[in-house]
Amino acid sequence: MFVLCKHSKKLKDLPGNLKIKQNSLSIGIIVASDYQHQKVFDKTIIRKRVEIKMTLLSKEQLINFYRKMNRIRAFENEAIELAKMNLTRAAIHTYNGQEAIAVGVCAHLKEGDYITSTHRGHGHCIAKGADLERMFAELMGRKTGYCKGKGGSMHIADLSIGMLGANGIVGGGIPIATGAAFALKYKQTDNVVVCFFGDGASNQGSFHEALNLASVKKLPVIFLCENNNWAISMNIGKSVNIENISERAAAYGIKGLTVDGNDIAQVYREFGNCLEEVRQGTGPVLLEMKTYRLSGHYFGDNENYRSKEEVISRRQECPITRLENLLIQEYGVLPDELKAIASEEKAMVLEASNKAKLAPEPQAEDLWNDLFAQDFENITWQPFVKS
Amino acid sequence: MRKISMREAINEALHIALNSSPEVFTAGEDIAVYGGQLRCSYGLLENFGAERVFDTPISESAIVGLGVGSAMLNLRPIMELSYIDFLGTCFDQILNQAAKLRYMYGGMVNLPLVIRTQCGAGLGNGAQHSQSLEAILGHIPGIRVLIPSNAYDAKGLLLRAVRDNNPVVFIEHKALYKTKCHVPEEPYECDYTCDIKRTGKDITIVTYSAMVNQALKAAEVLEKEGVEAEVIDIRSIAPFEEETIINSVRKTGHAVVAHEACRKAGFGGEIAATIQEKAFTALKKPVLRVAAPDVPVPFAPILEDAFLPNSEKILAAVKTCLQ
Repeated sequence: MFVLCKHSKKLKDLPGNLKIKQNSLSIGIIVASDYQHQKVFDKTIIRKRVEIKMTLLSKEQLINFYRKMNRIRAFENEAIELAKMNLTRAAIHTYNGQEAIAVGVCAHLKEGDYITSTHRGHGHCIAKGADLERMFAELMGRKTGYCKGKGGSMHIADLSIGMLGANGIVGGGIPIATGAAFALKYKQTDNVVVCFFGDGASNQGSFHEALNLASVKKLPVIFLCENNNWAISMNIGKSVNIENISERAAAYGIKGLTVDGNDIAQVYREFGNCLEEVRQGTGPVLLEMKTYRLSGHYFGDNENYRSKEEVISRRQECPITRLENLLIQEYGVLPDELKAIASEEKAMVLEASNKAKLAPEPQAEDLWNDLFAQDFENITWQPFVKS
Repeated sequence: MRKISMREAINEALHIALNSSPEVFTAGEDIAVYGGQLRCSYGLLENFGAERVFDTPISESAIVGLGVGSAMLNLRPIMELSYIDFLGTCFDQILNQAAKLRYMYGGMVNLPLVIRTQCGAGLGNGAQHSQSLEAILGHIPGIRVLIPSNAYDAKGLLLRAVRDNNPVVFIEHKALYKTKCHVPEEPYECDYTCDIKRTGKDITIVTYSAMVNQALKAAEVLEKEGVEAEVIDIRSIAPFEEETIINSVRKTGHAVVAHEACRKAGFGGEIAATIQEKAFTALKKPVLRVAAPDVPVPFAPILEDAFLPNSEKILAAVKTCLQ
C-alpha cells in the first residue's frame, strides 16, 4: 500500500507486485531521489516502517488535524468574504486545498522551531498557532493587526510563535530560512527551521544558492516545497522538465523526497521522519509535497489557464474530504461529529473576523514608526590583544 | 600618534567586534583562510575559529540571506560582499528583505546586520568591479549606508554599525585601503554625522569617500589663491545629516558637491536639492556638481583617468561657482 520508487517512475511503471489503492489516504506517489535510501532500497523494510509509524496516529490526533484544517479553510473563505466587501485590499492568496501540509508539518514542531512562509501564508500562520483576530485585522489594515496594518495579507509574522514571516517575493524566504537555521546551529540548539515555498520558487536562483549553502554548512532546515501544480498561470509541466522537484536534492548531496501532500497521515509521517534526521544534525532535506491549488492564484483570478473540469476533478482529492472519509470509514467517527467540528471552527473564525472588523485603523502619523530600531545594542568593546 | 591604514583599521575593528560579543560572526567569499579579497579579515579565523569566521560559496543571495535570517534570531552578522557591483546578484535580499522586514512586520523584528563591501575605480578593475553605487542603496528606506573616507572613521563607524540594531551597508573605497592616518588603539565610535574636515568662509565643498582627499587637495590650492574652502565629509548617506551642510552654506553662500559616482541620479543630486530647499536665500550661485560622466568605468588608464573626478575638476567647479 505504499510505494517508494527510484527517481521519476510514474505509478503505472511500478512493478506489478506492488498493490496501489487509489483515492484513499496514505496511498499515493512517493518518489525518492534520496540516494542514501536508494542504496538500502527494500520494499519490505520500507513498508514495515510505514505501517509501524502509521499506528502512532490516533483518532484524537486525526480529529485535531481535522479541526485545524477546517479552521484554515474557514479563515480563507471568510477572507474572501471580506474581499468581496472591499474590507481587504489587493490580492488574497488562499490556501484552499493545501491544508494538510501546514497542519501535518506544524504539528511536529516544538518551542524554538521556526517556519518561513510565502505569499500564500495564512495556513502556515494558523497551523503554527497565530491569533485569528490579529490576522484578520492585518488583512484589513488595522492597527491591531500583526504588523499594525503595515504588512497586509502577504506579510504576517509572529516571532513569538516561531513564525518568521510570510514573504511577498517568490523564493525570498529561502535564504532567510537558511540564515535562521544557521543561528539555531550557532546557538547549539536542536531546533530546526521549516522553509515553506512553492514549485514556482524552486526555479528562483535563491533556491539554488540557499540549498547549496545549507548543505555545505549542514544546517538544520527542511526545505518544504508545496508543489500545487500552478505557478500563477504556469503549469508545473511547463515550468520544469523533471517529474519531481525533490530530484534536485541530488544536486546538493542532500535527501530529497516527494510525498502526497493531500494525505495528512502521509504528510505527518514523512515529515516526522525527516525532522528526526534533521534534528540529529545530518543537514537539510528537500521535501516535496504534491498538492493542488483549488482556488485561483488570488481571489478574483479569472483562471483562464485551466479548465473547470480539471478543478472539479482535483476536488475529489481535497485533503479535508479525504480525512473525513478516513475518519468515517476507518475510525468509526460519525459524519455529524465532523460537521459539528467544522461548524465550531467556522463560528470561531467568524467571531475573530467580526471583532477585527471593529478594530481601529492606524493614524497617518504611524507612517514614520517602526522603520528603524532606535536603540543601539549595549556592547562593551573589548580591545583585542594579539598574542 | 600611531598611524595605520584603513585596511588595518577595519581589521582592528573586526577583531574588537568579534572579541566583544559572542553574537558577532563574519562570513563571505574568501574571508577566512585567504584573509579576504579585500584583505581586511586576516587573522580572524586564527583568533576566533571556524564557527565564527568562515568562507561561503560564491552565492551572494545566500550570503546576504544568511545575514538576514541569523540577524532575525539575534545574531550580529558581519557579511562581506567582495564588490558593491555584486549587488546585482543579491539585490532582493537587501532591497526587499533586509530593508523591508522590520517595517513590513510592524517593528516586530530587529535586523542587526552589517554588510561590508568595496566600491570605487582607479585601479583598473573595469566596469564590473569599480562602481560607486551608494545612491542606489541610499534610495531605499530601511537601511543605513555608511561610507568612510579614512582609517579613523572606518574603525569608529564600523564599530558603531555593529552595535546598530538595523541593517547597515558599509562601503569601503578600494583606493583608500592603503591610506594612513592617526587611529587610536582603544575602541571608539563615530556618529552618523558630517565631519567638517577643514573650515572656510568662501565656499562649501560637500563630498565623501575617496573624493574627500581630492577636495582637501583642491582646498590647499585655493588657500594659496586666497580662497577659504570649507570641506565637509558626509560619512553617512543614510541617515543623511543635513544641518552641518546647511549651516555651512548659509555661511559661505556657495556650494560644490563632489563624488566619484556617475552624475545622473547620483547622491550629489540629493545633496544639491537639499541645499536649495533649505538654504536657497543664502546661495549666491547655483550649486555645482562634480561627478563621473554617465558611462561605465573604463579599463585603460587614460580612459579611467578621464572618467574619474579629481582635485583639478573640483577646483574648476569651485572657480566657476565663485566667478
